[in-house]
Amino acid sequence: MSGVFSDLIAYLADPNSWTGQDGIIARLSEHIGLSVLAVVLAVILALPPAMVLAHRRKGSVLAVGLVNVGRAVPTFGVIALALPLCLALGLGLGFWPTLIAMVVLAMPPIFTNTYTAVRQVDPAVVEAAEGMGFTGRQVMTGTELPLGMPVIWTAIRIASVQVVATATLGAIVGWGGLGRYVVDGFAQGNDVLVLLGGLLVALLAVATDLGFSATERLVLPPGATHRDRGELATAIGHG
Amino acid sequence: MIDWAWIGSHLGEIAARTGEHVLLTVIALVVGFALSMLLAWLAWARPRSYGPITWTAGILYTIPSIALFALLVPFTGLSLLTAEIGLVSYTLLILIRNIVTGLQGTPPSVVEAGLGMGFSDREVLWRLRLPLAVPVVISGLRVAAVTTIGLVTVTALIGRGGLGVFILRGLQRAFTTEILVGTVVTVALALLVDSAFVLAERRLAPWVDRATVR
Repeated sequence: MSGVFSDLIAYLADPNSWTGQDGIIARLSEHIGLSVLAVVLAVILALPPAMVLAHRRKGSVLAVGLVNVGRAVPTFGVIALALPLCLALGLGLGFWPTLIAMVVLAMPPIFTNTYTAVRQVDPAVVEAAEGMGFTGRQVMTGTELPLGMPVIWTAIRIASVQVVATATLGAIVGWGGLGRYVVDGFAQGNDVLVLLGGLLVALLAVATDLGFSATERLVLPPGATHRDRGELATAIGHG
Repeated sequence: MIDWAWIGSHLGEIAARTGEHVLLTVIALVVGFALSMLLAWLAWARPRSYGPITWTAGILYTIPSIALFALLVPFTGLSLLTAEIGLVSYTLLILIRNIVTGLQGTPPSVVEAGLGMGFSDREVLWRLRLPLAVPVVISGLRVAAVTTIGLVTVTALIGRGGLGVFILRGLQRAFTTEILVGTVVTVALALLVDSAFVLAERRLAPWVDRATVR
């Protein structure tokens, strides 16, 4: 048991493990880069329709159903199915199937929480905004979005942690990232690589979660109390 | 696009893999639920422990299952134990939080009525709070079960069988039908188990007003 750890420390002490095309730094930045891109794309794709539907008070069945089905679909299956799709579209192995699968995974929680967040905004506040002459668009961007932001932020946090975790499987469809260490380690029977990959993915996931918790205060609207935020976050949080 | 003949000739294996999948899920849920009940009871009896318990469960929940498998394999090998440690640790946060929330949700008037009838604190917990918590506990079990069924596909990577075998093999052979079979049967299983829990809740907690509870 201690053998693996001392081998791991020796591996980490070697500067060559960190630099170069398949060094830790390159793998880590690949992993973070794809995850950020996937979450940004998912927000761009899922947030506007959720806001418009919630503003018009339509589509509640869709919002509930999407998160339930999203939870039931195995992430491994999504990433596996993205591969033949990308091959058929001529996009090739690796990057595209991983990115597409990650965007698909990140969208349901963002859609559902955005929808819930906007629906939870006090109707009296919306009415007041309309009474002040706000247009529908202004109500959405100036009232509903900022008041819903804590719940939306929770969704982006959940989606980001999930994407960072699942992007590990991208190595199976020929992508890089930290999953490379786990998959190559399994293939070569190299416990040090497996352990290194597992450790880095675990640390990155926990860091992502903590990072979002720490910045939560920045997106909180000035009027909302701490208690409101906490209750909403636990109510929507991990289901 | 879908090779129906392949599906027809592999019905036996599909059934066998589904069985493996169910077994892996059931073990994880039973162990996870037992541990969660114990920890929730501890949190209830010693409220100070609730913070550390949920914090630890939260870290375990955040660590990706594939990473946890990778961390365990050098020590526990490609074993059932490795798979189950990963799966069980993922259920704890969901279950503990729902059990405690359920216990806390008893209306004060019910507790007062129990105490007025001469119930001890222990009787209030076991005969009033716990039965009334059933709907919340079951909704926790639903989330845990559906999540676990999805996660079990990943255990194919450490050679423990289940429906993920089709996904993995389909990937290696670039055979879409096999990937689809693995994915679709997993989703169907999750939805089936979810409905089973809904029915169980109706039997166990017939007093809940379905119009207000989703």
